[in-house]
Amino acid sequence: MGNKPDFMPGTLDLLILKTLARAPLHGYGIALAIKRLSDDVLTVEEGSLYPALQRLLLRGWVKAEWKTTETNRRARYYTLTAAGHKQLGIELSQYEQIIAAIGRVLQNA
Amino acid sequence: MEPLASFFQKFRILLHRERFTQELDEEMAFHREQVEEKLRVEGMNSEDAHHAALRRVGNTTQLREQTHDIVGFAFESVLQDLRYALRQLCKNPIYTATVVLILALGIGATTAIFSAVNPVLFKTLPYPEARRIMMLWERQENGAPLFVTFATFRGAEERSRSFDAFAVMKPWQPTMIGHTQPERFEGQRVSANYFRVLGIRPALGRDFEPADDLHKGPRVVLLSDSLWRRRFAGDASIIGQQITLDGDLHTVIGVMPASFENVLAAAAQLWAPLQYDPSLPPDSREWGHHLRMIGRLHEGFSKLQARSELDMILRTWGQLHVRGYDESGGPPAGVLVGQLQDDLTRDVKPALLAVLGAVGLVLLIACVNVTNLLLARGAQRSNEFALRAALGASHARLTRQLLTESLLLAVIGGAIGLLVARLGVRAVVALVPAGLPRASAMSVDGSVFAFALAATVIVGTLVGLVPALQSNRGDLNLALHQFSRVAGGGHHGMRRTLVVAEVALALILLVSAGLLLRSLQRLFSLDPGFDTSHLLTMQVQESGHHYDSDANRLLFFKNALDAVRAVPGVISADFTSQLPLSGDYEVYGVQFEDQGATKEAGFRYAVTPGYVQTMRIPLRGGRVLNDRDTTGMPTAVLISESFANRMFPGQDAIGRRVRLGPDAGHEDKPWVTIVGVVGDVKQQSLALAAEDGFYIPTTQWPWADDVLSLVVRTKGDAASLAPSIRTAIWSVDKEQPIVRIATMESLLNVSEAQRRFTLILLASFALVGLVLAATGIYGVLSGGVAERTREIGIRAALGASRRAILGLILGQGMKLAVLGVVIGLIGAILASRALVSLLFGISRLDPLTYFAVIGLLLGVAAFACWLPASRAARVDPAITLRAE
Repeated sequence: MGNKPDFMPGTLDLLILKTLARAPLHGYGIALAIKRLSDDVLTVEEGSLYPALQRLLLRGWVKAEWKTTETNRRARYYTLTAAGHKQLGIELSQYEQIIAAIGRVLQNA
Repeated sequence: MEPLASFFQKFRILLHRERFTQELDEEMAFHREQVEEKLRVEGMNSEDAHHAALRRVGNTTQLREQTHDIVGFAFESVLQDLRYALRQLCKNPIYTATVVLILALGIGATTAIFSAVNPVLFKTLPYPEARRIMMLWERQENGAPLFVTFATFRGAEERSRSFDAFAVMKPWQPTMIGHTQPERFEGQRVSANYFRVLGIRPALGRDFEPADDLHKGPRVVLLSDSLWRRRFAGDASIIGQQITLDGDLHTVIGVMPASFENVLAAAAQLWAPLQYDPSLPPDSREWGHHLRMIGRLHEGFSKLQARSELDMILRTWGQLHVRGYDESGGPPAGVLVGQLQDDLTRDVKPALLAVLGAVGLVLLIACVNVTNLLLARGAQRSNEFALRAALGASHARLTRQLLTESLLLAVIGGAIGLLVARLGVRAVVALVPAGLPRASAMSVDGSVFAFALAATVIVGTLVGLVPALQSNRGDLNLALHQFSRVAGGGHHGMRRTLVVAEVALALILLVSAGLLLRSLQRLFSLDPGFDTSHLLTMQVQESGHHYDSDANRLLFFKNALDAVRAVPGVISADFTSQLPLSGDYEVYGVQFEDQGATKEAGFRYAVTPGYVQTMRIPLRGGRVLNDRDTTGMPTAVLISESFANRMFPGQDAIGRRVRLGPDAGHEDKPWVTIVGVVGDVKQQSLALAAEDGFYIPTTQWPWADDVLSLVVRTKGDAASLAPSIRTAIWSVDKEQPIVRIATMESLLNVSEAQRRFTLILLASFALVGLVLAATGIYGVLSGGVAERTREIGIRAALGASRRAILGLILGQGMKLAVLGVVIGLIGAILASRALVSLLFGISRLDPLTYFAVIGLLLGVAAFACWLPASRAARVDPAITLRAE
């Protein structure tokens, strides 16, 4: 029953935050953006995306509001908050540290 | 602030849960539509696109639950478990009631007993730094304790450096003349530092000062809070006022706090200074061994140091006061020092520990039984759990569910148990033997509640864990397939073990109760030395200055006796200075002629002449006392049979001469003659061997007692005559208090109160244990029979006779019972060691008790087996096989 992780643990939050940093999006839009920006390599499952969004909402990193889409449909749009911007910075630097560390291991081992 | 913010966010979501879910659903629907749209744009036909989108987005319910896990509080799922557990319990009311009842009894009984025992054995006394308060006794050459003399107290107080303060005390029973009836109070005469040793100060007024405790000093008195409220309406202006006690005016100088618990004399309501003579004149009460002594040990001193210091002090002190100590049988060899608490509880400890152990066994049996029930139920529900596991419930979640259910049971059981405990404590306090210290402190208190709670939680967790482990063990798939046809064998082995344990525990309880019962039987079959039936007793006192003269004292008792003898229904009535089996203890020296200086001692009975006949004490030789043995006539003495045999083996004691009491050992005093020998009487208790005693007319004893016990032999029911007898005495003088009214039969029971107390509790526990063990056996066997109906049907179809099937089931049950008995026997033999000090006249391995208990237990077990066995024997093979 378990969801196999599509990403390295913790990176989903980072990707969502980064995506939202460019512009407010609805859930489907986020999934689409990640897929497109990763050249179809990364696919976000709905089963991971929406719980993750709720988690980010709870922490106050994003906020949600209902808006109408260009096609005149009601959808929930997520916007990055100031705290979310700060968190994005933190997560980015952590991510870079880990990547750099992994890189060093792969080169030297 | 982040956690706080998210808490509020969660809370908001909780309040608007419906809107939240609705929004989530809408969001998902939007997502699905977008996917569907995209697939259509990519060229899929609309129906395929719809289904593909549904598949892509996946299980909405699961998604919703995952989201809920994130935004919901942890307790929400607990609430869910609770709701489910409650529903389960309500669905099976009989099961629930049984478990709750067993738990309530187990926990309630444990709590009640723990409440009763806690203040006595475990809690420190309610005084500041109570560990430093010591009880002191004089030590005889043979190491035995002896009451302290005032002289010894003076020596210790004057010279000891290892104590902060000492105090001595003695009982005091002053009478206050009320509006209607004279009221006698329990009180104490204490030396000035009594309350300072305990570390308690009066709530009102002042404590005793050294200036109060002077020989012939001022008459001052301290009141207890309850007396102050009852008799003086709690009026603070009582301080400095005078009250009349025993005909003398006493000034009230203070009131003790309501919280003050006087462990040395729990019933005391009044305190007055001792006022002995510190100049220690020889041949005076200052040399009598009749005081109890306490001391507050100096910080940093051990009781061993204190003891060696006092031993040394008393050695020189004894040499300083040779004459005085000679009056009281020589100087003490030293002192005995022990913590006050240990001293007070020494006698009751064995009984209380036995009861505590027994109640522990009951709790164990209750736990075993409940586990058994839960196991049986776990077996019934294995399909349900298999199904839930298949639907995706995790192992942890199922375990939690089971734990929730059993904890809920335990909590309900515990709550009712606490009620049971409250009633139980009240019952225990009512049952408590009079000598038990700190009975007033027995109540369901905080620590006991904590104990009950801990017991509840531990029982709940343990009991819950067993079926949880079992139901989670093994292949769920298999359980699903097999459905209810054959329950796994594992839990059966477990339940059998539990039944064996129950039988074993019940056997231990039954043997313990049996041994005590036999001891009491032995005791009560002993001859107390007189006829206890139809005998009413009461203590009559003289109070007031009118009775300062011996002549007036004797006259009052004589007139009172005449009045009592005239009451219809009275066969005979007499007075005695001490009453057998009442707690009275009065021993005086006896010097026999031609025995040199050696002094014997015996119980003194100063009696009116008909006493021996009224009590129906058999005359062994010589004559009884009569009315001519009175003032001015030669003194006539009776001695007890064993005393006579010991002093004059093989010879006649009649006509021999003795000096008694204060005259013993004094060459200038006359000899008095033994005129008769009477049977031995048990004075202290049935268990203590008859001791030496002598009888002398009240009129011929050197002084006239002002407190005598009346014994009345009645035609019918003794107790019902009490009011008319009291009226008869008051017709002589209505200001004289009459107390301790009791039939001799009740005194006899009270004298063995400690054994009875233990027996009643142990017997009730044993009964509970027996019933629980029987239900346990029954439960396991009937469960087994129900599960094996098919097998039994096949056996029957293949030709097994009814008897064979009956024997099969019976044999299985009895095998468990016998195994339990064997294990229980070992336990009982070990446990009986703890009982030794409570037993009387039988060995702790008394074969009769063991055989009787084993017979009883096996009989009950056989009955419990027979019920399901006979059901098995009636199984109709056709029906069972068809049911497959």
